[in-house]
Amino acid sequence: MAPLLRTVDLKKHFGVRGGTLHAVDGINIEIERGHTLGVVGESGCGKSTLGRIVLRLLEPTSGEVWFEGEDILRYRAAEINRVRRQMQIIFQDPFSSLNPRMSVYEIIAEPLQMNRECAGKEMERRITRLMDIVGIARRFVNSYPHEMDGGRRQRVGIARALALNPKFIVCDEPVSALDVSIQAQILNLLMDLQDDMRLTYMFITHDLSVVKHISDDIAVMYLGQCVERCPSDELFRNPLHPYTRALLAAIPSPKHRNAGKRALIRGEVSDPIDPKPTCRFAPRCEACSDTCLAGDTPLVEHAPGHFIACTLYQKSKTDGSCLKV
Amino acid sequence: MAEPQTPLLSIRGLEVRYETDEAITHAVNGINLDINVGETVGLVGETGAGKTTTALAVMRLLPHRTGKITEGCILFRGEDVLRKSNGEMRQMRGERISMIFQDPMTSLNPTMTMGEQIRESLEIHNKGMSAALTDARVDELLTMVGIPPRRKHEYPHQFSGGMKQRIVIAIALACRPELLIADEPTTALDVTIQAQVLALMNELKESMRTSMILITHDLGVVSEMCDKVAIMYAGEIIERGSADDILDDGPHHPYTVGLFNSIPDIERESKRLSPIAGLMPDPAALPGGCKFHPRCGDAADACRSLAPPPFVSGEHIIACHKFGSSNGGRI
Repeated sequence: MAPLLRTVDLKKHFGVRGGTLHAVDGINIEIERGHTLGVVGESGCGKSTLGRIVLRLLEPTSGEVWFEGEDILRYRAAEINRVRRQMQIIFQDPFSSLNPRMSVYEIIAEPLQMNRECAGKEMERRITRLMDIVGIARRFVNSYPHEMDGGRRQRVGIARALALNPKFIVCDEPVSALDVSIQAQILNLLMDLQDDMRLTYMFITHDLSVVKHISDDIAVMYLGQCVERCPSDELFRNPLHPYTRALLAAIPSPKHRNAGKRALIRGEVSDPIDPKPTCRFAPRCEACSDTCLAGDTPLVEHAPGHFIACTLYQKSKTDGSCLKV
Repeated sequence: MAEPQTPLLSIRGLEVRYETDEAITHAVNGINLDINVGETVGLVGETGAGKTTTALAVMRLLPHRTGKITEGCILFRGEDVLRKSNGEMRQMRGERISMIFQDPMTSLNPTMTMGEQIRESLEIHNKGMSAALTDARVDELLTMVGIPPRRKHEYPHQFSGGMKQRIVIAIALACRPELLIADEPTTALDVTIQAQVLALMNELKESMRTSMILITHDLGVVSEMCDKVAIMYAGEIIERGSADDILDDGPHHPYTVGLFNSIPDIERESKRLSPIAGLMPDPAALPGGCKFHPRCGDAADACRSLAPPPFVSGEHIIACHKFGSSNGGRI
């Protein structure tokens, strides 16, 4: 079956003082219907920009976004509004993504009103049902965001995203601002909703343990590019890209106490303004060689379903032997 | 690790309230905690558990007017911090006890260069130190936290989050304090940078024998850094022990168990998390008995009416009715 969402060589460059900032630089992703693609990376890697482009909240510099077999970047305003009903977003910060002057009822009603979906008694019924689905007690219907805690606020954000029965939801760090016990409640809710409503998620996060838990496939981003993409369990069982390995090694685990000195990666993310045409991770990479600095490293299929952008594995393809780091 | 000794810091029966016109918030409700020289103690809990309030009480930085210490004492090398004058306290802060705040983006002065900010605390606490010597020390501190000294003339906005947090650490350690209180020092940072900062803190701890209170909600960070751990809930320490006691399988407080079950485990395949039901109680209206009972699956009648007795096994203490009592008193 054709994927629900597909991007082709998607780019977003911002003109800034001192050059061009390559926020998203040639991203190809596919998300199957009913699946979750986890997009992982550190701050500034372009993951949120990517999420906004696929919803056309930001216009890309170049590339294509295919949703249900149609290139939505060609759409005019009226058409994009029609398709946007099927595509929603849940934001990171439930403290700033809800209008403080609107009650829970008004917040959830807004998308329904905007799209002239329903009114009157029907509206009330829909809102009550949405509140039940996301688990907010009905007594909160006239409450304002500041009267609720972070977990409940995030539930309101989810109810708003669900109001128009979307097919696809971009979840942009939906649990990062929440306490762990609340985080777990929201993750469970998102997974239940996916099962019940056949939702497709793009789940953007910096937290690898969260992404492993919720995703079917994972794309690892570094400085605007996807460096590794494969099924979730494959990524954790057999991470190949040196950056992915470093990310995994950097997570402190409560299970392994002081498991020796971990392999730390040096330095910090380099400048996304006018990056050199080399492997972007090269300055921090232990395995960096001259080939890495010779040019951009494309994302290639190293094994079925396992895509990687690293010269170590491109060599191995031509040799026919598998080279390990 | 910890030889028998008098603790560096000893908190006894500390109670802190925030009093406003609307309500009295019981932020910290009678906690006891000892920190020995060279030891790192993790203070773990969720938002509103009273972790930061405890730290601010030790620093005597509670918001005046609203924040009040109503009970207990805080002994630093045997002297009661709460009896010190404001002047004495100002001397102590930065020199003997210092604190790293959560958000490196907001804890630096945007109008001062990084070098000046490190210099500031050196000058306050080392009156009469020559300018050349102070300069040398600034360079030394920058090198120690892995920032090239030539960057000392730059301003905070020219640094990344990880580098700013390193500067904050350099400031905190400038006067070689005996105790460092780190309030969520890596929460605002990316994982790879977090790993670098934690490694740096561990190195410094070993080379300077600084004791540390590490406030965090991340059990991974606890396992990496801490010798002892205290788990806080609704202003009380509900479980305390060595890091091994807390992280190993074994008897635990139901809240601790819930906390662990809430974290997606990167090594285990599990499709559903089992979070703790409900929410942290409002500290202005705490439930009677065990404060965790409204959310606890094992709650019995005693839990609703009586404060739980501590169950003690060696250093490991759990305040829960489930385990019965081995002696009187509180944790």
